[in-house]
Amino acid sequence: MPSRRGSFGAGARAVVPVLLGVIPFGLVAGAAAVRAGLSGLEAVGLSVIVFAGASQLAAIELFGQDAHAAVIVATALVINLRMTMYSASLAPHFRGLSTRLRAGLAYLLTDQAYALSVARFRTDEDVDRAWFYLGAAAPIWVVWVICTVIGILVGARVPDSLPLEFAVPLTFLALLVPTITDSPSALAAAIGGTAATLGAGLPLNLGLITGAVVGVFAGLLIETGWQR
Amino acid sequence: MTAVWPAIVAIGVGTFLIRFSFLFLFEYVSEVPESIERALRFVPPAVLAALVVPAVVMVDGSLAIAVGNERLIAAGIAAIVAWRTENIFATIAVGMVALVALQSLI
Repeated sequence: MPSRRGSFGAGARAVVPVLLGVIPFGLVAGAAAVRAGLSGLEAVGLSVIVFAGASQLAAIELFGQDAHAAVIVATALVINLRMTMYSASLAPHFRGLSTRLRAGLAYLLTDQAYALSVARFRTDEDVDRAWFYLGAAAPIWVVWVICTVIGILVGARVPDSLPLEFAVPLTFLALLVPTITDSPSALAAAIGGTAATLGAGLPLNLGLITGAVVGVFAGLLIETGWQR
Repeated sequence: MTAVWPAIVAIGVGTFLIRFSFLFLFEYVSEVPESIERALRFVPPAVLAALVVPAVVMVDGSLAIAVGNERLIAAGIAAIVAWRTENIFATIAVGMVALVALQSLI
């Protein structure tokens, strides 16, 4: 049986390169919040209570535009709906753990912790899965909150010539490439990305979720077609 | 200004319920149906591409697949690095350097 400490350490080592992508993302989340008119406390509250970068950035933009609270909440939740699928994907690995522990693991669920964990669980049986996941997920939380605070303090002083926010799609790109393992997954990505782009003008940021759903169905259809 | 704290708490609670959904339910259903499991394989490539592609091909809300779009070129270079190295930091570093270099050139 793999040790908890060893598994936590393996997760923590796996997450290090990802943290370098979290840093600029967190700085942007903090800086953008105060620039949009939120107080420092509200900006930290967003990072601690919501802890989901893409939805935070969308919410911040809408706060700045003085949008209706219901629209802000709906937009953020639509963006986070993808995590339902992460939750389903991870659930078999965490079966049998206490409800309280699973709630804690759920709170820490992010794109990055999910991607690192499923990649490891697929190839490596010899790891305590909950502890590997915690080792990957907890440092992301710590770095996220610290960088949000730094972003709030630095705020508007970051020059526009430094395109910090570009680190966000680059992080997702680095996570995307290894998930493309065969033609159906490549087409799921190509069609999902195209659909999200075509849907970029849709209200409530529905473009992202539209792209995700269309991409998944495209992958399934192509795979099913091949089996016949 | 919109009531900020109620909105933050509502997003936080809703997001937690989304995250917890199947991690909670799975103790009460025997297994994830095979069709859902097959679909789940395509979730990461589809969602991640849906996050990346609009961010690099859209400029100020309109489609910009052209030589003048520095982000598209920088992302293309970063994609090659990601493919050859599978290293997240190298991908981000090369992509950022490429973007800054291209912006100072173009």
